[in-house]
Amino acid sequence: MSKVSRRKFLAGSLAGGVAAMLAPVKKVLASGDFRGFPDGMGVLVDLTRCVGCRSCEAACNKEQGLPAPDLPFDDDSVFDETFHHGTQKRRTTEKAYTVVNRYEPKDSDQPVYRKVQCNHCNEPACLTSCFVKAYTKTNEGAVIYDEHVCVGCRTCMVACPHNIPAYAYSKVIDPVVKKCIFCYDTRVSKGRPPACVEICPAEALTFGKRKDLLRLARARIKSSPEKYQQEIYGEHTVGGSAWMYIAGVPFEELGFDTTLPNEPIINNVKGFLGMVPMVLAIWPALFTGFHLLATKNKDHDHHDDSHTGEGEK
Amino acid sequence: MFGVSNWHMKGLLLLLLTLLLPMGVYAMDAPESVTIDTIAKYYEPVEFDHAMHMDVAEDCSVCHHHTTGTGATNPYCSKCHSENRESATVACQGCHSADPFSAESIRRQGELNLFHDDLIGLKGAYHENCLGCHRQMDGPTGCEDCHAKTDAGERLYHSGKYAPEPSTHSAAEHE
Ligand code: SF4
Ligand code: SF4
Repeated sequence: MSKVSRRKFLAGSLAGGVAAMLAPVKKVLASGDFRGFPDGMGVLVDLTRCVGCRSCEAACNKEQGLPAPDLPFDDDSVFDETFHHGTQKRRTTEKAYTVVNRYEPKDSDQPVYRKVQCNHCNEPACLTSCFVKAYTKTNEGAVIYDEHVCVGCRTCMVACPHNIPAYAYSKVIDPVVKKCIFCYDTRVSKGRPPACVEICPAEALTFGKRKDLLRLARARIKSSPEKYQQEIYGEHTVGGSAWMYIAGVPFEELGFDTTLPNEPIINNVKGFLGMVPMVLAIWPALFTGFHLLATKNKDHDHHDDSHTGEGEK
Repeated sequence: MFGVSNWHMKGLLLLLLTLLLPMGVYAMDAPESVTIDTIAKYYEPVEFDHAMHMDVAEDCSVCHHHTTGTGATNPYCSKCHSENRESATVACQGCHSADPFSAESIRRQGELNLFHDDLIGLKGAYHENCLGCHRQMDGPTGCEDCHAKTDAGERLYHSGKYAPEPSTHSAAEHE
Protein backbone atom coordinates (compact mmCIF):
# COMPACT_ATOMS: atom_id res chain seq x y z
CA MET A 1 0.00 0.00 0.00
CA SER A 2 1.53 3.34 -1.05
CA LYS A 3 1.36 6.59 0.90
CA VAL A 4 -1.09 8.07 -1.56
CA SER A 5 -3.49 5.20 -1.40
CA ARG A 6 -3.39 5.23 2.39
CA ARG A 7 -4.26 8.93 2.34
CA LYS A 8 -7.18 8.11 0.10
CA PHE A 9 -8.18 5.33 2.49
CA LEU A 10 -8.05 7.78 5.39
CA ALA A 11 -10.17 10.29 3.53
CA GLY A 12 -12.61 7.55 2.67
CA SER A 13 -12.93 6.42 6.24
CA LEU A 14 -13.35 10.05 7.31
CA ALA A 15 -16.26 10.44 4.89
CA GLY A 16 -17.67 7.13 6.04
CA GLY A 17 -17.37 8.27 9.62
CA VAL A 18 -19.25 11.48 8.86
CA ALA A 19 -22.02 9.57 7.11
CA ALA A 20 -22.31 7.00 9.84
CA MET A 21 -22.43 9.63 12.57
CA LEU A 22 -24.97 11.82 10.84
CA ALA A 23 -27.28 9.22 9.33
CA PRO A 24 -28.99 8.02 12.52
CA VAL A 25 -29.41 11.59 13.76
CA LYS A 26 -31.16 12.58 10.55
CA LYS A 27 -33.43 9.53 10.76
CA VAL A 28 -34.45 10.25 14.32
CA LEU A 29 -35.07 13.92 13.65
CA ALA A 30 -37.13 13.11 10.58
CA SER A 31 -39.26 10.52 12.32
CA GLY A 32 -40.08 12.81 15.23
CA ASP A 33 -40.91 11.01 18.45
CA PHE A 34 -40.39 7.33 17.87
CA ARG A 35 -42.10 5.20 20.49
CA GLY A 36 -41.17 1.76 19.24
CA PHE A 37 -42.68 -0.39 16.54
CA PRO A 38 -46.47 -0.77 16.97
CA ASP A 39 -46.36 -4.54 17.27
CA GLY A 40 -43.06 -4.65 19.11
CA MET A 41 -42.85 -7.23 21.86
CA GLY A 42 -41.73 -6.58 25.40
CA VAL A 43 -41.47 -7.98 28.91
CA LEU A 44 -43.17 -6.62 31.99
CA VAL A 45 -41.06 -7.33 35.10
CA ASP A 46 -43.23 -7.36 38.21
CA LEU A 47 -40.78 -6.98 41.08
CA THR A 48 -43.49 -7.78 43.64
CA ARG A 49 -43.45 -11.33 42.25
CA CYS A 50 -39.73 -12.04 41.85
CA VAL A 51 -38.47 -14.53 44.44
CA GLY A 52 -34.77 -14.17 43.66
CA CYS A 53 -34.26 -17.76 42.56
CA ARG A 54 -31.82 -16.82 39.75
CA SER A 55 -33.42 -19.37 37.43
CA CYS A 56 -33.50 -16.67 34.76
CA GLU A 57 -29.71 -16.37 35.00
CA ALA A 58 -29.33 -20.14 34.58
CA ALA A 59 -31.71 -20.27 31.61
CA CYS A 60 -29.91 -17.35 29.92
CA ASN A 61 -26.55 -19.04 30.41
CA LYS A 62 -27.81 -22.19 28.69
CA GLU A 63 -29.74 -20.49 25.89
CA GLN A 64 -26.88 -18.19 24.92
CA GLY A 65 -24.18 -20.85 25.34
CA LEU A 66 -22.29 -18.73 27.88
CA PRO A 67 -19.27 -19.98 29.85
CA ALA A 68 -19.85 -21.87 33.12
CA PRO A 69 -20.44 -19.53 36.09
CA ASP A 70 -17.97 -19.11 38.97
CA LEU A 71 -20.63 -20.24 41.43
CA PRO A 72 -23.77 -22.40 40.94
CA PHE A 73 -26.88 -20.50 39.90
CA ASP A 74 -28.64 -21.59 43.08
CA ASP A 75 -25.94 -20.05 45.29
CA ASP A 76 -27.37 -17.10 47.26
CA SER A 77 -23.98 -15.74 48.29
CA VAL A 78 -23.74 -13.78 45.03
CA PHE A 79 -26.29 -11.37 46.49
CA ASP A 80 -23.62 -10.23 48.96
CA GLU A 81 -21.13 -9.38 46.22
CA THR A 82 -20.42 -5.66 45.89
CA PHE A 83 -18.06 -3.64 43.77
CA HIS A 84 -16.46 -0.21 43.99
CA HIS A 85 -16.39 -0.16 47.80
CA GLY A 86 -19.93 -1.38 48.28
CA THR A 87 -21.58 1.19 46.01
CA GLN A 88 -22.22 -1.16 43.10
CA LYS A 89 -24.12 -4.43 42.94
CA ARG A 90 -23.55 -7.07 40.27
CA ARG A 91 -23.69 -5.88 36.67
CA THR A 92 -24.17 -7.65 33.36
CA THR A 93 -20.91 -9.00 31.94
CA GLU A 94 -19.62 -10.75 28.84
CA LYS A 95 -20.40 -14.04 30.65
CA ALA A 96 -23.78 -13.08 32.14
CA TYR A 97 -26.28 -11.14 30.05
CA THR A 98 -28.68 -10.96 32.99
CA VAL A 99 -28.09 -10.77 36.75
CA VAL A 100 -30.45 -10.66 39.73
CA ASN A 101 -29.61 -8.41 42.67
CA ARG A 102 -31.11 -8.26 46.15
CA TYR A 103 -32.22 -5.06 47.87
CA GLU A 104 -33.49 -4.44 51.37
CA PRO A 105 -35.71 -1.37 51.09
CA LYS A 106 -36.69 0.30 54.34
CA ASP A 107 -40.46 0.05 53.70
CA SER A 108 -40.45 -3.66 52.95
CA ASP A 109 -40.33 -6.56 55.38
CA GLN A 110 -39.21 -8.83 52.52
CA PRO A 111 -36.06 -8.36 50.46
CA VAL A 112 -36.82 -7.24 46.90
CA TYR A 113 -35.01 -8.82 43.96
CA ARG A 114 -34.36 -7.06 40.70
CA LYS A 115 -33.41 -8.71 37.43
CA VAL A 116 -31.11 -6.61 35.25
CA GLN A 117 -30.64 -7.04 31.48
CA CYS A 118 -30.74 -4.91 28.35
CA ASN A 119 -34.05 -3.04 28.39
CA HIS A 120 -34.26 -2.98 24.58
CA CYS A 121 -34.90 0.75 24.35
CA ASN A 122 -37.28 2.21 21.77
CA GLU A 123 -34.56 4.66 20.76
CA PRO A 124 -31.42 2.85 21.86
CA ALA A 125 -28.48 5.05 22.78
CA CYS A 126 -26.17 2.15 21.98
CA LEU A 127 -27.54 2.05 18.43
CA THR A 128 -27.46 5.78 17.78
CA SER A 129 -23.98 6.13 19.24
CA CYS A 130 -22.49 3.30 17.18
CA PHE A 131 -20.80 4.80 14.16
CA VAL A 132 -20.20 1.52 12.37
CA LYS A 133 -23.91 0.67 12.73
CA ALA A 134 -23.37 -2.64 14.46
CA TYR A 135 -26.78 -2.38 16.16
CA THR A 136 -30.30 -3.00 14.82
CA LYS A 137 -33.69 -2.44 16.45
CA THR A 138 -35.88 -5.20 15.03
CA ASN A 139 -39.62 -4.99 14.35
CA GLU A 140 -40.12 -7.35 17.30
CA GLY A 141 -38.48 -4.80 19.59
CA ALA A 142 -35.15 -6.55 20.15
CA VAL A 143 -31.93 -4.51 20.04
CA ILE A 144 -29.42 -6.84 18.43
CA TYR A 145 -25.90 -6.35 17.09
CA ASP A 146 -23.56 -7.77 14.51
CA GLU A 147 -20.35 -8.98 16.11
CA HIS A 148 -18.58 -8.90 12.76
CA VAL A 149 -19.29 -5.19 12.31
CA CYS A 150 -18.44 -4.16 15.90
CA VAL A 151 -14.95 -2.67 16.10
CA GLY A 152 -14.82 -2.80 19.90
CA CYS A 153 -14.63 0.97 20.42
CA ARG A 154 -16.82 0.83 23.57
CA THR A 155 -18.82 3.94 22.63
CA CYS A 156 -22.12 2.12 23.25
CA MET A 157 -20.89 1.08 26.67
CA VAL A 158 -20.55 4.75 27.56
CA ALA A 159 -23.76 5.78 25.80
CA CYS A 160 -26.08 3.18 27.37
CA PRO A 161 -28.05 4.83 30.19
CA HIS A 162 -28.46 1.45 31.91
CA ASN A 163 -24.79 0.35 31.82
CA ILE A 164 -25.56 -2.81 29.88
CA PRO A 165 -23.13 -3.57 27.02
CA ALA A 166 -20.10 -5.52 28.18
CA TYR A 167 -16.98 -6.49 26.27
CA ALA A 168 -15.35 -9.79 25.67
CA TYR A 169 -12.01 -8.64 27.04
CA SER A 170 -10.82 -12.21 26.95
CA LYS A 171 -10.36 -11.71 23.22
CA VAL A 172 -7.42 -9.32 23.30
CA ILE A 173 -7.12 -8.50 19.62
CA ASP A 174 -10.73 -8.19 18.62
CA PRO A 175 -13.01 -7.39 21.58
CA VAL A 176 -16.69 -7.24 20.69
CA VAL A 177 -19.84 -6.13 22.46
CA LYS A 178 -21.76 -8.74 24.45
CA LYS A 179 -25.26 -8.17 25.75
CA CYS A 180 -28.78 -9.58 25.99
CA ILE A 181 -30.38 -9.90 22.54
CA PHE A 182 -33.89 -10.77 23.81
CA CYS A 183 -33.19 -14.36 22.60
CA TYR A 184 -33.88 -12.89 19.17
CA ASP A 185 -32.40 -15.59 16.90
CA THR A 186 -33.68 -18.60 18.79
CA ARG A 187 -36.99 -17.43 20.20
CA VAL A 188 -38.44 -13.94 19.86
CA SER A 189 -38.11 -13.86 16.06
CA LYS A 190 -40.25 -17.02 16.09
CA GLY A 191 -42.88 -15.58 18.43
CA ARG A 192 -41.66 -17.52 21.47
CA PRO A 193 -40.81 -15.95 24.85
CA PRO A 194 -37.16 -15.53 25.85
CA ALA A 195 -35.61 -18.31 27.95
CA CYS A 196 -35.66 -16.27 31.19
CA VAL A 197 -39.39 -15.59 30.84
CA GLU A 198 -40.17 -19.21 30.13
CA ILE A 199 -38.33 -20.53 33.18
CA CYS A 200 -39.42 -17.90 35.73
CA PRO A 201 -41.33 -19.89 38.39
CA ALA A 202 -43.12 -16.85 39.77
CA GLU A 203 -44.13 -15.40 36.41
CA ALA A 204 -42.43 -12.22 37.51
CA LEU A 205 -41.74 -11.80 33.79
CA THR A 206 -44.70 -11.39 31.43
CA PHE A 207 -44.01 -11.57 27.70
CA GLY A 208 -46.33 -9.89 25.21
CA LYS A 209 -46.83 -6.93 22.89
CA ARG A 210 -45.42 -3.84 24.54
CA LYS A 211 -48.68 -1.92 24.11
CA ASP A 212 -50.69 -4.73 25.76
CA LEU A 213 -48.16 -5.04 28.59
CA LEU A 214 -48.54 -1.34 29.33
CA ARG A 215 -52.29 -1.86 29.67
CA LEU A 216 -51.83 -4.92 31.88
CA ALA A 217 -49.33 -3.04 34.04
CA ARG A 218 -51.74 -0.14 34.52
CA ALA A 219 -54.54 -2.59 35.38
CA ARG A 220 -52.38 -4.37 37.99
CA ILE A 221 -51.49 -1.04 39.58
CA LYS A 222 -55.10 0.15 39.50
CA SER A 223 -56.59 -3.03 40.97
CA SER A 224 -54.04 -3.18 43.84
CA PRO A 225 -52.95 0.41 44.49
CA GLU A 226 -51.76 -0.54 47.99
CA LYS A 227 -49.35 -3.06 46.50
CA TYR A 228 -47.74 -1.06 43.68
CA GLN A 229 -45.92 2.18 43.00
CA GLN A 230 -47.77 4.29 40.45
CA GLU A 231 -44.97 4.53 37.87
CA ILE A 232 -44.02 2.02 35.21
CA TYR A 233 -40.24 2.20 34.80
CA GLY A 234 -39.46 2.08 31.10
CA GLU A 235 -42.79 3.48 29.91
CA HIS A 236 -41.16 6.84 29.20
CA THR A 237 -37.63 6.59 30.59
CA VAL A 238 -35.12 7.61 27.89
CA GLY A 239 -37.86 7.32 25.28
CA GLY A 240 -39.32 4.09 26.64
CA SER A 241 -38.15 0.51 26.36
CA ALA A 242 -39.46 -2.95 25.48
CA TRP A 243 -38.66 -4.20 28.98
CA MET A 244 -40.57 -2.38 31.72
CA TYR A 245 -40.76 -2.71 35.49
CA ILE A 246 -43.43 -2.30 38.14
CA ALA A 247 -42.57 -2.47 41.83
CA GLY A 248 -43.92 -2.26 45.35
CA VAL A 249 -41.31 0.19 46.64
CA PRO A 250 -39.83 3.36 45.07
CA PHE A 251 -37.55 2.54 42.16
CA GLU A 252 -34.62 4.53 43.55
CA GLU A 253 -34.50 2.09 46.49
CA LEU A 254 -33.96 -0.74 44.01
CA GLY A 255 -30.94 0.72 42.27
CA PHE A 256 -32.87 2.18 39.32
CA ASP A 257 -31.57 5.45 37.93
CA THR A 258 -34.64 7.64 38.39
CA THR A 259 -32.77 10.76 37.31
CA LEU A 260 -32.79 9.71 33.66
CA PRO A 261 -34.80 12.00 31.38
CA ASN A 262 -37.83 10.90 29.38
CA GLU A 263 -36.05 12.17 26.30
CA PRO A 264 -34.13 9.59 24.31
CA ILE A 265 -30.40 9.87 24.85
CA ILE A 266 -29.82 10.79 21.22
CA ASN A 267 -31.39 14.20 21.89
CA ASN A 268 -28.67 14.88 24.44
CA VAL A 269 -26.03 13.55 22.16
CA LYS A 270 -26.90 16.22 19.59
CA GLY A 271 -25.01 18.73 21.73
CA PHE A 272 -22.14 16.35 21.85
CA LEU A 273 -22.34 16.02 18.08
CA GLY A 274 -21.48 19.74 17.91
CA MET A 275 -17.91 18.74 18.61
CA VAL A 276 -18.05 16.06 16.01
CA PRO A 277 -15.51 17.56 13.61
CA MET A 278 -12.77 16.99 16.15
CA VAL A 279 -13.99 13.50 17.02
CA LEU A 280 -14.33 12.64 13.37
CA ALA A 281 -10.81 13.79 12.71
CA ILE A 282 -9.46 11.55 15.43
CA TRP A 283 -11.56 8.40 15.27
CA PRO A 284 -11.19 7.37 11.65
CA ALA A 285 -7.48 7.88 11.97
CA LEU A 286 -7.44 5.87 15.14
CA PHE A 287 -9.37 3.03 13.59
CA THR A 288 -7.35 3.14 10.45
CA GLY A 289 -4.40 2.64 12.74
CA PHE A 290 -6.09 -0.29 14.42
CA HIS A 291 -6.99 -1.70 11.06
CA LEU A 292 -3.47 -1.42 9.73
CA LEU A 293 -2.04 -2.92 12.88
CA ALA A 294 -4.48 -5.76 12.73
CA THR A 295 -3.90 -6.51 9.06
CA LYS A 296 -0.21 -5.76 8.66
CA ASN A 297 0.89 -9.28 9.41
CA LYS A 298 -1.65 -10.73 7.04
CA ASP A 299 -1.31 -8.68 3.86
CA HIS A 300 1.56 -6.30 4.28
CA ASP A 301 4.29 -8.20 6.00
CA HIS A 302 6.70 -7.15 3.27
CA HIS A 303 6.42 -3.54 4.50
CA ASP A 304 8.55 -2.25 7.32
CA ASP A 305 6.95 -1.33 10.64
CA SER A 306 7.56 2.44 10.70
CA HIS A 307 5.79 2.69 7.39
CA THR A 308 2.70 0.82 8.56
CA GLY A 309 2.41 2.68 11.84
CA GLU A 310 1.83 6.02 10.12
CA GLY A 311 -1.96 5.82 10.16
CA GLU A 312 -1.94 6.12 13.92
CA LYS A 313 -1.11 9.77 14.25
CA MET B 1 -81.32 -39.02 16.45
CA PHE B 2 -79.68 -35.69 17.04
CA GLY B 3 -80.85 -35.71 20.67
CA VAL B 4 -79.41 -39.15 21.28
CA SER B 5 -75.96 -38.37 19.95
CA ASN B 6 -76.02 -35.15 21.94
CA TRP B 7 -76.62 -37.22 25.08
CA HIS B 8 -73.83 -39.54 24.11
CA MET B 9 -71.55 -36.57 23.69
CA LYS B 10 -72.50 -35.21 27.07
CA GLY B 11 -71.93 -38.57 28.70
CA LEU B 12 -68.56 -38.89 27.05
CA LEU B 13 -67.60 -35.39 28.11
CA LEU B 14 -68.65 -36.07 31.68
CA LEU B 15 -66.66 -39.28 31.68
CA LEU B 16 -63.65 -37.48 30.25
CA LEU B 17 -63.95 -34.71 32.81
CA THR B 18 -64.10 -37.13 35.72
CA LEU B 19 -61.12 -38.97 34.35
CA LEU B 20 -59.07 -35.84 33.66
CA LEU B 21 -59.81 -33.80 36.73
CA PRO B 22 -57.40 -34.60 39.52
CA MET B 23 -59.91 -33.21 41.97
CA GLY B 24 -63.60 -33.92 42.23
CA VAL B 25 -66.17 -31.20 41.72
CA TYR B 26 -67.39 -31.32 45.32
CA ALA B 27 -65.30 -30.61 48.35
CA MET B 28 -66.28 -33.96 49.85
CA ASP B 29 -64.62 -35.61 46.86
CA ALA B 30 -61.45 -33.72 47.49
CA PRO B 31 -58.36 -35.91 47.13
CA GLU B 32 -56.02 -36.71 49.98
CA SER B 33 -53.02 -35.93 47.87
CA VAL B 34 -52.27 -34.57 44.39
CA THR B 35 -49.19 -35.29 42.30
CA ILE B 36 -48.16 -32.08 40.57
CA ASP B 37 -46.09 -33.26 37.64
CA THR B 38 -47.44 -31.65 34.47
CA ILE B 39 -44.64 -29.09 34.28
CA ALA B 40 -41.87 -31.01 36.07
CA LYS B 41 -38.61 -30.75 34.15
CA TYR B 42 -35.77 -29.30 36.17
CA TYR B 43 -37.44 -30.35 39.45
CA GLU B 44 -39.04 -33.62 40.53
CA PRO B 45 -42.85 -33.78 40.72
CA VAL B 46 -44.41 -32.49 43.92
CA GLU B 47 -46.51 -34.80 46.07
CA PHE B 48 -48.98 -32.25 47.39
CA ASP B 49 -50.67 -33.11 50.68
CA HIS B 50 -54.13 -31.82 49.83
CA ALA B 51 -55.80 -33.03 53.03
CA MET B 52 -53.30 -31.25 55.25
CA HIS B 53 -53.64 -28.02 53.25
CA MET B 54 -57.43 -28.26 53.48
CA ASP B 55 -57.09 -28.29 57.25
CA VAL B 56 -54.74 -25.35 57.26
CA ALA B 57 -56.61 -23.21 54.73
CA GLU B 58 -60.09 -24.09 56.06
CA ASP B 59 -61.80 -22.26 53.17
CA CYS B 60 -61.41 -23.81 49.70
CA SER B 61 -61.57 -20.37 48.06
CA VAL B 62 -58.19 -19.47 49.58
CA CYS B 63 -56.70 -21.51 46.72
CA HIS B 64 -59.62 -22.33 44.44
CA HIS B 65 -61.08 -18.80 44.22
CA HIS B 66 -64.76 -19.04 43.22
CA THR B 67 -64.65 -22.48 41.58
CA THR B 68 -65.58 -24.75 44.51
CA GLY B 69 -68.89 -23.10 45.22
CA THR B 70 -67.95 -20.73 48.03
CA GLY B 71 -68.18 -17.51 46.05
CA ALA B 72 -65.23 -15.23 45.42
CA THR B 73 -63.71 -13.38 48.36
CA ASN B 74 -61.78 -10.85 46.28
CA PRO B 75 -64.12 -7.88 45.64
CA TYR B 76 -62.85 -7.53 42.07
CA CYS B 77 -63.68 -11.18 41.25
CA SER B 78 -66.99 -11.17 43.09
CA LYS B 79 -68.37 -8.62 40.64
CA CYS B 80 -68.98 -11.62 38.38
CA HIS B 81 -68.40 -14.62 40.63
CA SER B 82 -70.59 -13.89 43.63
CA GLU B 83 -72.84 -16.91 43.21
CA ASN B 84 -72.12 -20.05 45.17
CA ARG B 85 -72.02 -22.40 42.22
CA GLU B 86 -69.36 -24.99 41.50
CA SER B 87 -67.45 -24.61 38.28
CA ALA B 88 -67.04 -27.39 35.76
CA THR B 89 -63.36 -27.50 36.62
CA VAL B 90 -61.61 -26.88 39.91
CA ALA B 91 -58.15 -28.10 38.93
CA CYS B 92 -55.53 -25.34 38.70
CA GLN B 93 -54.65 -26.19 35.10
CA GLY B 94 -58.31 -25.92 34.13
CA CYS B 95 -57.82 -22.13 34.02
CA HIS B 96 -54.09 -21.46 34.47
CA SER B 97 -52.26 -22.35 31.29
CA ALA B 98 -49.11 -24.45 31.39
CA ASP B 99 -48.00 -22.43 28.32
CA PRO B 100 -48.91 -18.86 29.26
CA PHE B 101 -47.01 -17.20 26.40
CA SER B 102 -48.35 -19.23 23.48
CA ALA B 103 -49.52 -17.30 20.43
CA GLU B 104 -53.11 -17.75 21.68
CA SER B 105 -52.31 -16.41 25.17
CA ILE B 106 -50.53 -13.40 23.69
CA ARG B 107 -53.54 -12.73 21.47
CA ARG B 108 -55.78 -12.83 24.56
CA GLN B 109 -53.63 -10.20 26.26
CA GLY B 110 -54.75 -7.81 23.54
CA GLU B 111 -58.47 -8.62 23.82
CA LEU B 112 -59.88 -5.40 25.22
CA ASN B 113 -63.28 -6.87 26.13
CA LEU B 114 -61.92 -9.87 27.97
CA PHE B 115 -61.68 -10.30 31.71
CA HIS B 116 -58.86 -12.63 32.73
CA ASP B 117 -56.64 -10.99 30.08
CA ASP B 118 -53.82 -11.03 32.66
CA LEU B 119 -54.40 -14.59 33.87
CA ILE B 120 -51.21 -15.90 35.46
CA GLY B 121 -49.86 -19.21 34.07
CA LEU B 122 -49.88 -22.51 35.94
CA LYS B 123 -46.31 -22.34 37.28
CA GLY B 124 -46.79 -18.71 38.31
CA ALA B 125 -50.13 -19.50 39.99
CA TYR B 126 -48.63 -22.32 42.07
CA HIS B 127 -45.71 -20.24 43.28
CA GLU B 128 -47.68 -17.05 43.83
CA ASN B 129 -50.30 -18.91 45.86
CA CYS B 130 -48.01 -21.33 47.73
CA LEU B 131 -45.15 -18.95 48.49
CA GLY B 132 -47.48 -16.15 49.57
CA CYS B 133 -49.01 -18.36 52.26
CA HIS B 134 -45.79 -20.14 53.15
CA ARG B 135 -44.15 -16.81 53.91
CA GLN B 136 -47.01 -15.68 56.12
CA MET B 137 -47.36 -19.00 57.92
CA ASP B 138 -43.66 -19.92 58.11
CA GLY B 139 -44.00 -22.76 55.63
CA PRO B 140 -41.05 -23.88 53.50
CA THR B 141 -39.94 -21.20 50.99
CA GLY B 142 -36.69 -22.54 49.51
CA CYS B 143 -36.93 -24.07 46.02
CA GLU B 144 -35.70 -27.48 47.12
CA ASP B 145 -37.79 -27.49 50.29
CA CYS B 146 -40.69 -28.49 48.04
CA HIS B 147 -39.09 -30.14 45.03
CA ALA B 148 -35.69 -31.72 44.53
CA LYS B 149 -33.73 -30.89 41.39
CA THR B 150 -33.59 -33.45 38.62
CA ASP B 151 -30.34 -34.25 36.84
CA ALA B 152 -31.38 -31.81 34.10
CA GLY B 153 -31.95 -29.24 36.84
CA GLU B 154 -28.49 -29.70 38.36
CA ARG B 155 -26.99 -29.41 34.90
CA LEU B 156 -28.89 -26.19 34.22
CA TYR B 157 -28.03 -24.57 37.55
CA HIS B 158 -24.42 -25.83 37.48
CA SER B 159 -25.05 -27.28 40.93
CA GLY B 160 -24.71 -30.64 42.67
CA LYS B 161 -22.42 -32.85 40.64
CA TYR B 162 -22.17 -30.15 37.94
CA ALA B 163 -21.00 -27.46 40.39
CA PRO B 164 -17.99 -25.42 39.25
CA GLU B 165 -14.61 -26.32 40.72
CA PRO B 166 -14.07 -24.33 43.93
CA SER B 167 -11.94 -21.39 42.83
CA THR B 168 -10.42 -18.35 44.42
CA HIS B 169 -13.75 -16.63 43.94
CA SER B 170 -14.82 -14.87 47.12
CA ALA B 171 -18.26 -13.44 47.70
CA ALA B 172 -16.85 -10.38 49.40
CA GLU B 173 -15.69 -7.05 48.07
CA HIS B 174 -14.41 -6.62 44.53
CA GLU B 175 -12.62 -3.58 43.25
S1 SF4 C 1 -30.49 -0.69 27.59
FE1 SF4 C 1 -28.52 0.07 26.77
S2 SF4 C 1 -27.77 -1.63 25.49
FE2 SF4 C 1 -29.99 -2.00 25.83
S3 SF4 C 1 -31.02 -1.00 24.06
FE3 SF4 C 1 -30.97 0.53 25.74
S4 SF4 C 1 -29.08 1.71 25.30
FE4 SF4 C 1 -28.92 -0.20 24.13
S1 SF4 D 1 -36.52 -16.52 37.43
FE1 SF4 D 1 -38.16 -15.04 37.92
S2 SF4 D 1 -38.45 -15.20 40.15
FE2 SF4 D 1 -36.47 -16.17 39.68
S3 SF4 D 1 -34.97 -14.50 39.94
FE3 SF4 D 1 -35.52 -14.52 37.75
S4 SF4 D 1 -37.19 -13.01 37.59
FE4 SF4 D 1 -37.00 -13.52 39.78
